[in-house]
Amino acid sequence: MADSGNRASTVYHDAAKTLKGKITLDGVNVFYGPDQAIYNVSMVIPDRSVTAFIGPSGCGKSTILRTINRMNETIDIARTKGSIRIDGEEINSKAVDPVILRARVGMVFQKPNPFPKSIYDNVAYGPRIHGLASAKRDLDGIVETSLKKAGLWDEVADRLDQPGTGLSGGQQQRLVIARAIAVSPEVILMDEPCSALDPIATAKIEELIDELRENYCIVIVTHSMAQAARVSQMTAFFHMGDLVEYGPTEDIFTNPHEPRTQDYITGRFG
Amino acid sequence: MINRTDIQAAVEARLAKRYRAEGRFRLFGILAILAAISVLLLLIGSIASQSIPAFRVNELTLPITLEAARVDPAGDGSAASLRRGSYNSLLQEALRAEFPEIEDRDQLRELFGLYTPLNSARLQNHVLDHPELVGQTIDFTFPISDDADLYLQGRTTASSEAAPGLVATPSSTTGEVRIFANSNVFSPIVSDIRARLTTQAEELEDRAERYVARATNSASDEARIGLTREAEQARIRAASLRGLAEPGGLSVNMSPELPSSLIRMNGGIIDITRITDSGRTAEGRVLVALDNTDTGDDWTIWTLDVPQAERRITDAQIAWAETLRERGRVEVGFNTYLFTNADSREPELAGVLGAVIGSALTMLVTMFLAVPIGVATAVYLEEFAPKNRLTGFIEVNINNLAAVPSIVFGLLGLAVFISLFGLPRSAPLVGGMVLALMTLPTVIISSRAALKAVPPSIREAALGVGASRLQTVVHHVLPLAAPGILTGSIIGLAQAMGETAPLLMIGMVAFVADAPSLSIGGLTEPATVMPVQIYLWSDGAERAFEPRTAAAILVLLALMIMFNAVAVFLRRRFERRW
Repeated sequence: MADSGNRASTVYHDAAKTLKGKITLDGVNVFYGPDQAIYNVSMVIPDRSVTAFIGPSGCGKSTILRTINRMNETIDIARTKGSIRIDGEEINSKAVDPVILRARVGMVFQKPNPFPKSIYDNVAYGPRIHGLASAKRDLDGIVETSLKKAGLWDEVADRLDQPGTGLSGGQQQRLVIARAIAVSPEVILMDEPCSALDPIATAKIEELIDELRENYCIVIVTHSMAQAARVSQMTAFFHMGDLVEYGPTEDIFTNPHEPRTQDYITGRFG
Repeated sequence: MINRTDIQAAVEARLAKRYRAEGRFRLFGILAILAAISVLLLLIGSIASQSIPAFRVNELTLPITLEAARVDPAGDGSAASLRRGSYNSLLQEALRAEFPEIEDRDQLRELFGLYTPLNSARLQNHVLDHPELVGQTIDFTFPISDDADLYLQGRTTASSEAAPGLVATPSSTTGEVRIFANSNVFSPIVSDIRARLTTQAEELEDRAERYVARATNSASDEARIGLTREAEQARIRAASLRGLAEPGGLSVNMSPELPSSLIRMNGGIIDITRITDSGRTAEGRVLVALDNTDTGDDWTIWTLDVPQAERRITDAQIAWAETLRERGRVEVGFNTYLFTNADSREPELAGVLGAVIGSALTMLVTMFLAVPIGVATAVYLEEFAPKNRLTGFIEVNINNLAAVPSIVFGLLGLAVFISLFGLPRSAPLVGGMVLALMTLPTVIISSRAALKAVPPSIREAALGVGASRLQTVVHHVLPLAAPGILTGSIIGLAQAMGETAPLLMIGMVAFVADAPSLSIGGLTEPATVMPVQIYLWSDGAERAFEPRTAAAILVLLALMIMFNAVAVFLRRRFERRW
């Protein structure tokens, strides 16, 4: 711990003050067995906006994302230290049930991973296990709204009973977003949601992210700096497990304070 | 710098070699598959051809008068009284009625050897089921003895019949009889017998010489004395055979060591015992009464190539069985006994039903123990258990258990289930438990492989929408792993179904003549299973068990194929893409 203390990450959240903070990370360290992957990260992620995590491969941006809904716990050797609060409520403690947390913090993965079930069942799964709808009609309503919010309703309304795996990659990713929305989360985490998609599908997803921003706090990990610039309001740059620089997207891309950020966004490394 | 054309030349030079290597590889592959298929076909073909006699059976149908006084001694028609009836004597009388000429006790015993007295129990059961039949005459059908059955199916001896076309006269219609011919019609038999006797004598003399040679080379006195004695005995026997074969002798005696010759004449059958008068006269005894003593040329000499001493059915029994067949009393049909009866000491009544039910009960126990425990273990180890030294140790041990010889599980079952827990011997319950132990590692290993093959993205997706770990496993992982788990479990069960060794240890090798009931109670009744039944029959003294062993193997193979077909069907049914 003493070791990590020497590597305190620089945090810029002046701009975040203007927006309402949703998630607060305070001195977060993540270890995989004996290796430390994240060094003392502290940041405030604003609500109803898109925050992008950028950085070279292996910099820990996915790891930090996965601490927010405690998905890292599913890896045996991973340990998370430090404080993570959503709306001021500590989530990184034994007292918090990860199941409840994950109902509040939805997640979309790099590769579209619909269940090998019908489109309807894919979206209805979350509400079903959480008991969000008692009647079939309520459940139908949730499925329809979720699919509409994910911009997929018009394409699949007439074939809800067909397997979700039969859709195209872009449609599958939107289905997965609909599945995440269906449990009415407050935060949606997206781990490189467009890396497996073609440019047209990517454009659709980005459009969707922009719409979803109205209602949710969205955190997106991306390899594409252009995408970060297009969809996000806040950008965090990670390098070697450190949060190097964090601020409004415009500032990061036009006027980075740190030389490493400068080098990365200008393409000198990464 | 390497020239562009040089590179091309080098590649081309090697290309032909590469293609040849590939061609060779394919050829070897095809040859291997062909070899495997032909060996398999040979195996199944030979088993199937051996089993043919087991699927057919010759059955006797005789009219039986169920006299009230005989079957119902108490006269009240009660089951207890019907059970005391003398059914075997009814069968004996019915058979005797076919051959009233037989009076000699020994011959009668031979005649009754044409069926097994176990059939009287079948007749008794028939009467118990239908008490209204008492006093009536019924046609009762029962299998002829296994030896007669094999003979009638042409499996015992080659036989030939020749009509000399010369005039001959029998001296009587029953008992001892002489047949006078006015030419030496029987001399071919005489010369054949003499030739055979001479050959046998020569063989014995050769053997005597070999013994002498070995005796001179032998180092130990004891061996030398023994060999010399053997040689002496062989010489004496050879001399006596040569004496019998002496040409110019006026008569020759038939013996059980020689092929049998019978005469069919005037509707009867005579067994030749002696030929005299330079082949003009045959002496013999009547097996089936002649209609009359008329002189005629319409008669035949019937030769059975295998000597009586080398077969289990006598000349007389062959004559009677043939006569019964000619009279329409014996008919060949599909052997239903093989499928409706349990094991029996008599091959003609032995069936696989008991073993099939035993196997089914045993497999049920195995399935209900091995599959849930195995799958639960696999799910726990794969999805829930922390990866540490303890689980690693458990994992290694499970893998090792899969390689433990099955008989060890049998010993374990004997020591723990029978000696310690006091469970009954020979019971499908214990057999199923032992086989479950044996199957567990297979089920666990294949289930773990199936669970591992489920992409982690599915687990992440389920956890990501807030499913608990158990919900993730039950709703998503298990359904996706189900085809693999099913396949592995069914293969494990099929393996258990073919297992013999561990069941020998817990007493399932017993002779069980009653099929266990197909119910919960049947689990503790003595039973045997298919592979053990095959093992028992393969050891059976009666020749007729040989085809039945092959037939039982076919039944077991058919069950196995059904099992595997179910596995393939289930895999196809549940297979889903992700």
